[in-house]
Amino acid sequence: MDGNLNALTTVFTEFYYWVTVVFMFLIHVGFCMYEVGASRRRNHMHTLMKNVMIIPLVTVTFFFFGWWIYWAFPNAFPGMGGIGWEAGAPYAPWSENMGTHLGDRITGVFWAAFLLFSWTAASIVSGSVIERIRSSALWLHAVMIGSVWWIIDAAWGWHWDGWMVKVLGYHDAYASGVIHAIAGGYALGVIMVLGPRIGKFAADGTPRDIPPHNPWMLTIGLFLIYTGFWGFYAACNVPIIAPEVIDGQIVGTTWTATNIYLAPTTLSAITFNFLMSLSGGLMAAYIVSKGDAFWTFSGGLAGVITASAGNDLYHPIQAMLVGAVGVVIVYKLHYWVERKFKLDDAVGAVAVHGYSGVIGLILAGFLLWGAPSSPYEGYATINPIGNTIGAAIMFGLLGFLPGWVLAKMQAAAGVLRIPEEVELQGLDYAEHHAYEDAVHTIIEADKAHLASRVKA
Amino acid sequence: MSTIGYDSWAVDLAEVGAVYPFQGTETFMFILGLVFWIGWHRVQYVREGKHLDEARKMGDAEKVAKMLERY
Repeated sequence: MDGNLNALTTVFTEFYYWVTVVFMFLIHVGFCMYEVGASRRRNHMHTLMKNVMIIPLVTVTFFFFGWWIYWAFPNAFPGMGGIGWEAGAPYAPWSENMGTHLGDRITGVFWAAFLLFSWTAASIVSGSVIERIRSSALWLHAVMIGSVWWIIDAAWGWHWDGWMVKVLGYHDAYASGVIHAIAGGYALGVIMVLGPRIGKFAADGTPRDIPPHNPWMLTIGLFLIYTGFWGFYAACNVPIIAPEVIDGQIVGTTWTATNIYLAPTTLSAITFNFLMSLSGGLMAAYIVSKGDAFWTFSGGLAGVITASAGNDLYHPIQAMLVGAVGVVIVYKLHYWVERKFKLDDAVGAVAVHGYSGVIGLILAGFLLWGAPSSPYEGYATINPIGNTIGAAIMFGLLGFLPGWVLAKMQAAAGVLRIPEEVELQGLDYAEHHAYEDAVHTIIEADKAHLASRVKA
Repeated sequence: MSTIGYDSWAVDLAEVGAVYPFQGTETFMFILGLVFWIGWHRVQYVREGKHLDEARKMGDAEKVAKMLERY
């Protein structure tokens, strides 16, 4: 770090990403609360454990290979140049940069910011499969979506050098597609093979509502996800950078914040748009669901997710309307898919994340048509075809397909779903039996002690 | 003698890079890490299978009915 300004910029950037990581931890806390609130009492501990263990499993695998994929795979697509071995080398798990290194203050915090996105992708899938998947099966899916598939999509479409940005003009500033569409698509692939919970559908195929056991826990969980989402938005930006460092087409000497493509935006802009899209989503969801609490609160999230692709550039009122439109489509689509295909998406994850992400990408392609996707020369501009193809890649090719294939393999091996007897008793049967036995034993011991004192 | 390569901070920090112990063993540490990760999945998978097998035989009808009431 030569010079005080450079030193200050580096340390500020290091601290900035660190703060976003702490904020984003709340997303996972929120997902845990949400899943436990939505599950029935006889499945609580396993539901919680299933989501908590995503943290270490995705973390270690993201260290082992996920982060390397991000830097080595931007052009790893047929005809685009192949794997960037040299670009990936500093981020391999045996590189000095992936450790305590006084000459590199950014790799650790930047890795962590991306890692928290990985947890989110895995946790989105986790919610849709509660109360019937084997933990071992889900944890394998978590590693695949969290440390392989999403980070390939990030290399392709969420990297300044990604082939989708260069060739398609793909634009997805706050991850409508690269996190939400892919995770929703992946969840859809898994639940299609996994099947619904016992009792979800009546004999004539009519879906039954399985109400959350604790709506308050679910609500707090969602609000924590909203809170963590602020950190997520900030983490998607480069906080401060000089034009000469970007080395693109920007002229002059004005330093700026940028999105992940190194194109200029401001924290102020995304704060406007986060809040307005959240509001548009909440308002539309309240109307369309006739005030249903679950859908109204989830609608706020869906509103932000729908607007996220273009929230670096939208006007706040556009962000609000995009969020509102997205939620109406998502709500209708969720119930249509549930009735038509008999799919049990326990927390609405496919809808809130997957459909919102796809719709958000398509809308951004139209609304930002012709805007530069990058500060670099020769890149395609943002356009509806590029963003629609991008949505299909995220939701279908890198989301639905890998999820469905792995779930099929697990189902064929008999290791995807828990036995029916266990589903009926609840996954926590052993803990409950142990609890009841322990309660019985301690009560008997206390009674015996009391009796001995009375005699004395 | 120091495991981190420095036994004093009387240095120009601009010249300092990695400071973790046993530099040069990164590949070996990576292999250890992989073994730990894959081993964990193996242990968990075996235990879960056994646990679920036992669970199928547990719980008489009365107990299962009681569990169903735990919404």
